[in-house]
Amino acid sequence: MADALIWSVVTPLAGALLTLLLPRPATAVVMATGLATTVAAGSLLYGVGTQGAMLYEIGGWTAGLGIALRADALSALLLTMTALVVLAASVYSSVYLSKTSERTRFWPLWLLLWTALNALLLSADLFNLYVTLELMGLSAVALAALAGKPAAVQAALRYLLVGLLGSMLFLAGVTLIYAGYGTLDMASLARTVEAGPVAWTALALMTAGLLLKTALFPLHFWLPPAHASAPAPVSAVLSALVVKAAFYLVLRLWLDVFAELVTTTAADLLGVLGAGAVLWGSWCALRAERLKLLAAYSTVAQLGYLFLFLPVLQALPPGPARDLAMGGLVILALTHGFAKAGLFLAIGVVQQRAGHDTIRELDGTAQRLPATTFAIALAGVALIGLPPSGAFLGKWQLLAGSVATGQWLWLVVTAIGSLLAAAYIFRVLGHAFGHRAYPNRPVTIAREEWPALLLTATAAVVLGLAGAPVWKLLEGGA
Amino acid sequence: MLTAQWLYGLTGCLIVALGLRAALLHTSLLQRVVAVNVMGAGVFLMLIAVAYRGPEALPDPVPHALVLTGIVVAVSATALALALARRLTAEQNDG
Amino acid sequence: MNWDAWLPLLVVASSVLPGLVIFFLREGSHGLRTTLNLAGASLKLVLVGILIWGVFHEHVYETRWTLAPGLELVLQADTLSVLFVSLSTLLWLVTTVYAVGYLENSPHRSRFFGFFSLCVSATVGLALAGNLFTFVIFYELLTLATYPLVAHRGTPEALRGARIYLGYTLGGGMLLLIGSVWLHVIAGPTAFVEGGLLSRLPVDYHPQLQVIFLLLITGLGVKAALVPLHGWLPQAMVAPAPVSALLHAVAVVKAGAFGIVRVVYDVYGVQFADQLGLLTALGIAAAVTIVYGSVKALFQDNLKKRLAYSTVSQVSYIALGTAILGPIGTIGGLVHLVHQGVMKITLFFSAGNYAETLGVHRVSEMNGVGRRMPATTLAFTVAALGMIGIPPVAGFVSKWYLGLGAVEAGMAAWVMPVLLTSSALNAAYFLPVLYRAWFRSPGPAWPAEHIAATRFETAGALLWPPVVTATLALAAGLFAAAPYSPLEWAKLIAQREYGL
Repeated sequence: MADALIWSVVTPLAGALLTLLLPRPATAVVMATGLATTVAAGSLLYGVGTQGAMLYEIGGWTAGLGIALRADALSALLLTMTALVVLAASVYSSVYLSKTSERTRFWPLWLLLWTALNALLLSADLFNLYVTLELMGLSAVALAALAGKPAAVQAALRYLLVGLLGSMLFLAGVTLIYAGYGTLDMASLARTVEAGPVAWTALALMTAGLLLKTALFPLHFWLPPAHASAPAPVSAVLSALVVKAAFYLVLRLWLDVFAELVTTTAADLLGVLGAGAVLWGSWCALRAERLKLLAAYSTVAQLGYLFLFLPVLQALPPGPARDLAMGGLVILALTHGFAKAGLFLAIGVVQQRAGHDTIRELDGTAQRLPATTFAIALAGVALIGLPPSGAFLGKWQLLAGSVATGQWLWLVVTAIGSLLAAAYIFRVLGHAFGHRAYPNRPVTIAREEWPALLLTATAAVVLGLAGAPVWKLLEGGA
Repeated sequence: MLTAQWLYGLTGCLIVALGLRAALLHTSLLQRVVAVNVMGAGVFLMLIAVAYRGPEALPDPVPHALVLTGIVVAVSATALALALARRLTAEQNDG
Repeated sequence: MNWDAWLPLLVVASSVLPGLVIFFLREGSHGLRTTLNLAGASLKLVLVGILIWGVFHEHVYETRWTLAPGLELVLQADTLSVLFVSLSTLLWLVTTVYAVGYLENSPHRSRFFGFFSLCVSATVGLALAGNLFTFVIFYELLTLATYPLVAHRGTPEALRGARIYLGYTLGGGMLLLIGSVWLHVIAGPTAFVEGGLLSRLPVDYHPQLQVIFLLLITGLGVKAALVPLHGWLPQAMVAPAPVSALLHAVAVVKAGAFGIVRVVYDVYGVQFADQLGLLTALGIAAAVTIVYGSVKALFQDNLKKRLAYSTVSQVSYIALGTAILGPIGTIGGLVHLVHQGVMKITLFFSAGNYAETLGVHRVSEMNGVGRRMPATTLAFTVAALGMIGIPPVAGFVSKWYLGLGAVEAGMAAWVMPVLLTSSALNAAYFLPVLYRAWFRSPGPAWPAEHIAATRFETAGALLWPPVVTATLALAAGLFAAAPYSPLEWAKLIAQREYGL
């Protein structure tokens, strides 16, 4: 069962190399790789659910000398989400990228990005994290620049520089940790690290680097242009998975490895920045002219919600209330991943049909694509946090935690943010209602619209109604 | 006591700081790429300083491995950045 | 197979599943769509009948599903939920028939009936909610299901009305959510239990409970159209008549009022609420709304807008009944939930008939309409008389109990003037309409005669629903003392709430 760990990393890597060597059957290779990796992720999730955290030492070298892969409930859940989202987006891309030349350059980079994501989620030591962060960043940048247009290339370049800056800061932090403690293994560091100038500086540097990569306000400036100019499936993965991977690392460092060091002030600072992200991101989304920009700013806002959990988790003593809040955080992250990916895929369909994605001129297109519009509506429900989406459960826990710890600011911010989200979502959906009758054909391009529908339906319905196992997993598998 | 290790380490920190300052302040693309590389050089110097284990003992190989990996990553990233920059100037000259 | 656990879920599913299928039907499949609608409605009626019988005999029907630790989705049938569910189900059946006739040949019917079914499912789920958490979920689902119905026509006015509707209801929903979360944190999962569980909390929590009550009532008050949160209701009149009928008699407004009833009786407990001074606050809000709504209705020439303000006023009788401590006041408020629903839907059906058949939208255009459309106008008359409170139509029964309850509770001093003023104002804005309809001669031509007069004054599907509901309004008043009547059921609820 622990083999699932290494298969999750090796399969997409092998697939990437195969698509490079065999460009003609590339799509088939990608689908096979996708299914295999999803199976591996699924068995990983099952393994963590039944046995608890799993460890795999590559080459048999023990920790400290070799590279280990470790999976607990949090990483298993995110890994499964990654697999499902990338699989759906791969099916979508096989049709969306109509030109073969586009596809030959696309698939290797796509699978490399997947490899990097999986490796990042499963890494057990700090330097491996650095390597996977870089791999993820480079493949993401290359994919974002694939469209070739000047706006896309410029945005990708900015993304690259910001990413490199972040990685360098992260590496500086890793260096300090090694200097202070002589080990890079996260499990042993969690046991031995103590509050002190070395650890604090290291944590500050690493967090700064990660905040750049997760686009937390006010370091979010690079995200909207990059996500809005990239091709639709790339935007989907960038918004849903890549920024979330960086957030996952912040969680790991703050709640797991360096849990001793985190002070209330530090957590509050991240909370305040998160609040800024929610309000500013939602406001910018409301004023966005283009659908993709709206979705990108929405990502900035939604990540802000995730950061609002941090001061709440800090203030709650270990116990059932804290577990509830933690579960809320995870289910909110999962719901956003599915919803945002589905949203970008749906927007891609609209953009293809209409030739543009300007919101004001959407009327005819929105009414001719009922399935896609419905997918956007479902994504909207999940982004606003309305029932029966998983986000509703997550926001409930955030509000409950906020009340329980007396930190009312987060409650107010969440309420305002949700209402702003409703405003920008329904602004788009209003264009779906018109007075002319259009022929009633639900789905036009099956392989593009079904992935979007399934992803958003998962976010808006499945995670909300069947989300209880998330809490059970987190309790058992941590 | 200011040993050689400390000297190298602090120099590394200083270089990182200078690189960061340059990356934030300069607006030209090429300057920023170079600045990030300078930051990298500073971090590598810090790592090399960390590897020192005393006048008699052999240095710790782990930081050396980290530096080598870091150099590879930095080179690839710089190559990508320069390729994109070249593409951008080509588009701007054409269009 | 434990039917008791499945029955509430089936009641909700009986409209969700047809609704989802209807979305995929082609515009032209008129027959299949109507069959699905009516089949679902009839099935639901049968299931609700079983529920009524069972609850009367103290059967327990409960569906539970855990969404997260401490957060359970609970659908349960108790006396209060059965009252609302039966009203919704019966009126849905009638409205479906009406809607089929009203929307003949309009575009997007599959989308309409799909969301129509989802709207009813949300209402029924809300009625059957067994705890505050479930109630909040269905409350928000109701908002989501009704938005497309309000925006249905797609005109700029429709979209604007829908936007305003959304702004109000989502804002209210947010306040309701915050109040519920807060309550959940201090008191644990708030199941709906007759008499409420909150009186057990220590005294230090009382100020918090008062603020929570304010949040909950404000959130619920948006949908229940309590002044000053009623602004969306007249704007939502841009929706097609079946939607206005459903929203105002059954779904949205009643959901808000029902929520207020639930919060006061089954979360706080009416004695405890009185202790905290909350009933007085609620009573004042209700009284202001009753008078304000009636006054505004007086100045509306557009018939639907006049009926909208009338709804604002009339639904607050339910809140007023809730604010009167004592079983008789409670009975008055609860029974009005049913009576107002039946009467108001008749009025809206008639208004829709006038608009569809003759193009008459304004009261000033209604001269002599009684001669052209006697059955519709007769239904309108019966309902209007009931609204004023004239026996033997059902409205009289509710007002009687409210007045009596106020006297019993010692609140007669200010409740009676409110009731009397309101009845007088009701007369002032309904009687002139009736006079015009019956006793004035019609003008040279109707604004836009869409449906010519054949043997019947208008299309069958448009004619029979208001006649049926008017008859029900009359019957509810005449046979108020019969077993299983709304009044008897309200008495049963009051009995169980006060532990009599």
